[in-house]
Amino acid sequence: MAIKGVSLSVAEGELVSLIGANGSGKSTLLQAVCGLLPGWEGELAFKNDSLKGLHPPAIVQKGISLVPEGRLIFPPLSVLDNLKLGAYTRYRKKQHIEIAQDLEMVMTLFPVLKERTRQAAGTLSGGEQQMLAIGRALMAKPSLLLLDEPSMGLAPLLVDKILKTLVQLRENGITILLVEQNAQAALKIADRGYVLETGRVVLQGNSEDLLADDEVKRAYLGKDYGDFYDGRG
Amino acid sequence: MTQELLQYLFSGITNGAIYAVIAVGFSMLYSSTELINFAHGEFVMLGAMGLVTLWAGFGLPLPLAFFLTVFGVACVGFLFERTAIRTVRKPDHIVLIIITVGASIFLRGMGMLIWGKDAHSVPAFSDHPPVDLAGAKLLPQSIWIVLIALFCALMLHLFFRKTLTGKAMEATAINKKAAWLTGIPSEKMILLAFFFSTGMGAVAGIIIAPITMCSYDMGTMLGLKGFCAAMLGGLGSLWGSILGGLLLGIMESFGVGLFSSSLKDAIAFLLLLLILYVRPGGIIMAKDAKRF
Repeated sequence: MAIKGVSLSVAEGELVSLIGANGSGKSTLLQAVCGLLPGWEGELAFKNDSLKGLHPPAIVQKGISLVPEGRLIFPPLSVLDNLKLGAYTRYRKKQHIEIAQDLEMVMTLFPVLKERTRQAAGTLSGGEQQMLAIGRALMAKPSLLLLDEPSMGLAPLLVDKILKTLVQLRENGITILLVEQNAQAALKIADRGYVLETGRVVLQGNSEDLLADDEVKRAYLGKDYGDFYDGRG
Repeated sequence: MTQELLQYLFSGITNGAIYAVIAVGFSMLYSSTELINFAHGEFVMLGAMGLVTLWAGFGLPLPLAFFLTVFGVACVGFLFERTAIRTVRKPDHIVLIIITVGASIFLRGMGMLIWGKDAHSVPAFSDHPPVDLAGAKLLPQSIWIVLIALFCALMLHLFFRKTLTGKAMEATAINKKAAWLTGIPSEKMILLAFFFSTGMGAVAGIIIAPITMCSYDMGTMLGLKGFCAAMLGGLGSLWGSILGGLLLGIMESFGVGLFSSSLKDAIAFLLLLLILYVRPGGIIMAKDAKRF
């Protein structure tokens, strides 16, 4: 297991960022929460319920949705079908009216998707695909939204847009756990942050504190020792 | 000469429609599980034998016998997935494919025990006289076969295009993990794919029953032909499989008519080799086309 002795909590309505380099175990943690690691030994609690041993569909029904790394949309299916499939478990519960409302909500959140409902999802640009992936996850009406590297491979302008959307979603009452390599951007919008390194939490705290922390600056914000020793003689 | 050619065409389309239905079964399972079910031919046999028993044997009305047979065979497919495929601890493709080969031997053996080694036959679905078309004779059973095959294809097409379950099945076929994370119970979708695929096999067996001798070992060759048809048209694509089936049937029939009847089975495999050399993805590649 890539992770040992990590304890992490997200309070309701919070936006928490989990940052760390490649191989630090961020994605493993998310996979465990989503039920992709059946042999997971740690505790997983959500709203006073244990998530242990549950399959991903059951976890989605509990209100946790993942926007997976690499988006994993269904390229040959239309944008609309992708979104509808996001609400699969809710269609089975016959919540058609609520689903239609949420579809409208996603379309207002990402107007570009509305223009392309009939288009195959594979023909969208990278940023649009990321929006679609987030929209699909939202269609399950999650109370906790997990995002695995949503900024990966996107132009800075799009990264900004996606992160702004996350802030907006938090204001709408969705709790968010954001996993990012893009530490600066992720910490800027977050309430709190955790820094993961080789499977352990090395730092945690308010995001302003983390942003100001020398260790974080050195390791994750792309500033090298030179910046720190300048002027210290 | 024209009427001879027309006659070859009719018989080619008849056989082709059957190959097409079998190929669709292969394709459907492949697109959801990436598994080639080499026991598929045996489900065709079960369909034919089921009709022999229920219609000719028990004297049930044809539509009821048809429905019960398809449903029964699909249930066998369901059990097959549950007991032989799902329970495999390390589901490598090669292991699963060998399991399907084993299942094919098992089902053939069971078929022999239940129905004996003798060949059975059933009458055509309706006893209309053959239709005369420009000097060639079109058998009413051929019309039944083509109509039923088209109907099945259309139903599947609508199922995959219009229903949420169909789209969820397609999503599972595209990316099982993504579908799972989205909340789609992918195991159920795979089970459903087995159910439909073997049900299609049964349909093929039922419609072919009146024009051939039905025996416990009829499935092997039909299964291989269906596989060739699916490869020819494009494994994993619905309309590709149907195109492949019809093409194979027509070429076979012309090969037999114009050259020699000993060529019949060779043509399918020559075509298979050719397509594997020239266009391994089939005429309509699943990657280009939507899968279903």
